[in-house]
Amino acid sequence: MARIIAGIGTSHVPAIGVAADQGITDQPYWKPLFEGYGPVRQWMKQIRPDVAIIVYNDHCVALSPASIPTFAIGVGDEFKPADEGWGPRPVPVVKGDPDFAWHLAESLILDDFDLTIMNQLEVDHGLTVPLTIACGQTSEWPCRVVPLEVNVVLYPQPSGRRCFALGRALARAVASYPQDLKVVVLGTGGMSHQIHGERAGLINREWDTAFLDNLTADPQRLLSLNHVDYMRDAGAEGIELIMWLIMRGALNDDAREIYRHYHIPASNTAAGLIVLEN
Amino acid sequence: MSTPMRRLSIKEQLEDIPGTYPFTKERCRLGYHLNLFFTTLLKEENRREFLADEDTYLAKYPLTDEQRQAVRARDWAAMLKLGGNIYHMSKLGGTDHLTFQYLAGRMAGMSEQDYRDMMMRGGRPIAGNRSKAELPNQS
Repeated sequence: MARIIAGIGTSHVPAIGVAADQGITDQPYWKPLFEGYGPVRQWMKQIRPDVAIIVYNDHCVALSPASIPTFAIGVGDEFKPADEGWGPRPVPVVKGDPDFAWHLAESLILDDFDLTIMNQLEVDHGLTVPLTIACGQTSEWPCRVVPLEVNVVLYPQPSGRRCFALGRALARAVASYPQDLKVVVLGTGGMSHQIHGERAGLINREWDTAFLDNLTADPQRLLSLNHVDYMRDAGAEGIELIMWLIMRGALNDDAREIYRHYHIPASNTAAGLIVLEN
Repeated sequence: MSTPMRRLSIKEQLEDIPGTYPFTKERCRLGYHLNLFFTTLLKEENRREFLADEDTYLAKYPLTDEQRQAVRARDWAAMLKLGGNIYHMSKLGGTDHLTFQYLAGRMAGMSEQDYRDMMMRGGRPIAGNRSKAELPNQS
């Protein structure tokens, strides 16, 4: 039986990927951020997951304005790093797990979560930067990946409550897969940031800290936050944090926080990282 | 006796966030063709063609004159007001080899250095920036 052993919440700032790709992570600007990634990379090597379900958002790369699914799942054999306007990241092709992904899609849809199925999907920094954060520079990613894409760009995004419920359904779907698999779930994006308009650069450390505290200890408290709460207090693009609630919903109520890292700034963003174990 | 306050709708509350352009259905419709144009810049051959002759390239897409002008002038704040979405706009930024941080600074009306310094100091504070009602000189 497949089982979820842990969850990771992490930012997916494109500049973090650029810094890793250019080998400048020892520079004073980046060093404090990347030093905080060391323990997670060590931990990933110890737990050796078979599959990572990565909850992320496409940044208008694979998905054009022509069609905007609320939730979508990648069921292909592989996902190539996408050209986002400045060429693709020089990182390995992401390997999928079609059997497992199709099982998840089928289970979730039968469980009333109507996901869009993506047979073809190129993945942008939203998915590859979390892999870099968790796995470092490598010639091959150490696990297979199921991408779970969420609309966090066009209002109305799914509510935090809906995201958490999807996480619950994801846990049921994983548990009903007959093959023995160790699964980690990554919720990505955030934390507080705003990258457009006159208010660009907004950061809210106090709000982020409360979000992290509640994510572990009392996630139900986060479910009443609405679109305005996120966009007002965590910055317009801070609403990406709803994706962390899918990860949290997929874990047990009593999951333990084993690691946390928080650093300002990574480009425009407060970069957060949290690890929860079932 | 005070007049009872009508509760603001979620949309009205979103529009009350200062200096922010939530990507609503109105902006999605206004900027649809502009954002589709940005999408074409995801291909290297299109970026080259665009940079070689921007007017001819832009003429292929049904943009408004204002949208065309904003693209030609790299007026990022104007693109935003004309329905551009920041993630789509970043494809034009990438074409010009500009970072998100540069674009954000331009939209905030700050120099690149001032914006970078603000981020190093911990970013723009939430205090005074939660609501349009908190801003000075707002009518």
